[in-house]
Amino acid sequence: MKHIISPLDLSVAELSDVLELAQEIIKEPKKYSNVCNGKKLATLFYEPSTRTRLSFEAAMLNLGGSVLGFSSADSSSAAKGESVADTIRVISSYADICAMRHPKEGAPYVAAEYSTIPVINAGDGGHNHPTQTLTDLLTIKTLKGRLEHLTIGFCGDLKFGRTVHSLINAMVRYPNVKFVLISPLELRIPEYLREEVLIENKIPYKEVQKLEEVLPELDLLYMTRVQKERFFNEEDYIRLKDSYILDMKKMAYAKQDMLVLHPLPRVNEISTEVDNDPRAVYFKQAEFGVYVRMALIMMLLEVHTTC
Amino acid sequence: MLNISGLSHGIVIDHIKAGGAMEIYHYLNLERLDCPVAIIKNAKSNLTGKKDIIKIEGSIEMDLDMLGVLDHNITINIIEDGKITKKRHLQLPQTVTNIIKCKNPRCITSVEQELPHKFKLTNPEKGIYRCAYCEQKFREN
Repeated sequence: MKHIISPLDLSVAELSDVLELAQEIIKEPKKYSNVCNGKKLATLFYEPSTRTRLSFEAAMLNLGGSVLGFSSADSSSAAKGESVADTIRVISSYADICAMRHPKEGAPYVAAEYSTIPVINAGDGGHNHPTQTLTDLLTIKTLKGRLEHLTIGFCGDLKFGRTVHSLINAMVRYPNVKFVLISPLELRIPEYLREEVLIENKIPYKEVQKLEEVLPELDLLYMTRVQKERFFNEEDYIRLKDSYILDMKKMAYAKQDMLVLHPLPRVNEISTEVDNDPRAVYFKQAEFGVYVRMALIMMLLEVHTTC
Repeated sequence: MLNISGLSHGIVIDHIKAGGAMEIYHYLNLERLDCPVAIIKNAKSNLTGKKDIIKIEGSIEMDLDMLGVLDHNITINIIEDGKITKKRHLQLPQTVTNIIKCKNPRCITSVEQELPHKFKLTNPEKGIYRCAYCEQKFREN
């Protein structure tokens, strides 16, 4: 039995299998519409996350399975003080697989230690969100056709953005990948990521503050939101905020086949005028999230199509 | 130079990072020992400039390798009949449970008090331990 707690819990080969299966599902979804008949997914959401929960539920329903669960700690036994370990022991007898979202970092790891069913981390605080990373990888592989030989720009809040950290960790495993890290000084990637991941693996990268100057060299641009409260002073925020808003004026500098990704929800960091540009794939990305979760559920439950 | 007489039988915990001796002292519960214990702070070190040393007259029954979690540069000298009979570097344990605590307020261990505090050795060269749950580096939080 396997759990997915970190994006690195899947080897490159396993990852390739999941992404290939997801691509098969995209081509012929009906073929997979009954593979999880009689199976149940428990969604244990200790904090609200409508998008992720619905994506998991849609994935299981698309496979012919059923879903049960809770969508906030208030409506669960956690409100009575039950531990994660006790909750998962009980849920293990109700469902065949579970997806857990928890505000505390490491909660899904605890669940995996006590669970008798596969546990998928659906986000634990600012720590990991492996199915978002899988979603990003499927989007890149499907729309770009490859996961190697790419120059990837990450823009915005690179310090607290867990999706950025996870995707960098996942992408360094592929050959000839370069990173361009675009953020204000206050929101640069954490030191451990620079030292232990990029420098340790001799991955080419550069850190810049202005999006415009690097846009022409990017194959992919991964946007994240810069929140005002993250800045130390308002002066810096006012000086830099426009630099982290993607609009059509900036898109003019980008390659014709550059893709714009965003984990969503978007606030104002991508102007809505960009939505109609064929290079803007963030809504497609959300759709891919369902397919990759379908593939992951199938892999963890070890179910296959009959034909 | 301060002169502290040599041991006849005992243990010298050497190459402790300057300023770190008291943490080791408390971790080993040395205050409970009856035998003489000397703490030397800021001793001259050819390697690092300054270091702390703890000398214990007598023996203590404890897995001293666990000290590597607190300071991986520590060396242990065993003294018998006034001579060093064994000098060794610590073997860093791969995992440690309930030796050190995760102080990350966002970690699940901060709210579930019953959970054991588990750390994994993620970088043997630099002696870096990370919380098994939240992966926060020990001493970073």
